[in-house]
Amino acid sequence: MTEIPEYAEYIVAVALVVGGVFTLVGGYGLIKLESPMSRLHAPTKASTLGVGSILFAAIVFDFSRGETSVHEFLIIAFLFVTAPVSAMFIAKVAIHNRRLTQAPPPPAEDTVWATRAGAETDPMP
Amino acid sequence: MPRRLTRRIFPHPLLTLLLTFVWCLLNNTVSPGMVVFGLLLGIAIPILTSAYWPNRPVMYKPFRMMIYVLIVIWDIIVANVQVALIVLFKRNADMKPNWVNIPLDLRTPEAIAILAGTITLTPGTVSADLSDQGHALLVHALDASDPDAVRDEIKSRYERRLKEIFE
Repeated sequence: MTEIPEYAEYIVAVALVVGGVFTLVGGYGLIKLESPMSRLHAPTKASTLGVGSILFAAIVFDFSRGETSVHEFLIIAFLFVTAPVSAMFIAKVAIHNRRLTQAPPPPAEDTVWATRAGAETDPMP
Repeated sequence: MPRRLTRRIFPHPLLTLLLTFVWCLLNNTVSPGMVVFGLLLGIAIPILTSAYWPNRPVMYKPFRMMIYVLIVIWDIIVANVQVALIVLFKRNADMKPNWVNIPLDLRTPEAIAILAGTITLTPGTVSADLSDQGHALLVHALDASDPDAVRDEIKSRYERRLKEIFE
């Protein structure tokens, strides 16, 4: 275990605690919230500030030991690109299955939401 | 036809540079061998995938893009705290989850993708669907008693800036 400066230790500790708290709140939200669409908010939250803060701690730790590691930036970048895509897919499944407490309003322009396109003719119950 | 040839070899020049850069980051070293191999990947991958991405997106104001990224990071931090407070201290019965319907002024697919991603990353809102012609965005808000206010904020804060950058 290499020694790191004391001020860096404080930064790392605070960032880890903040990240842990936000990830915990994200997990708690997943249990507490009721409808599928509301639940979707919890994991998107945990993956932004929660993971971002933990990775920030990793970056500070690496740099204060004199090892430049840039993998953390890549993890943040990949996560920020992929998280919205998976969230949108889950939302689309919820809309498609009609497991919604409120039906979405019709689009402001055009005729129909893409997920529901062609659904009027579907023999779905 | 040298210009068309260059376009066939480098369908997305910026993507080539980005892939090379990411390859060096993945290996955590910048040695000549890594750069050359990264360049090979950076040339091969855009050619192989160019059929799925025929247009070349133009970013007119790259500097504004950096400002946009900083604004979004700040908003993520602020909104995270707000949503954490909502999740922890607000009862489910008091919450008003709501659909927000956003008519889009943006027409560039890449800009719409960035807007949808921004909306999902800033907590409290998740972009859920796009209309069939791509002229409206369906957003779900965790706690919004006034969906019109959410719509106006997204339009003025994010969409206006993206329109300046891409169109």
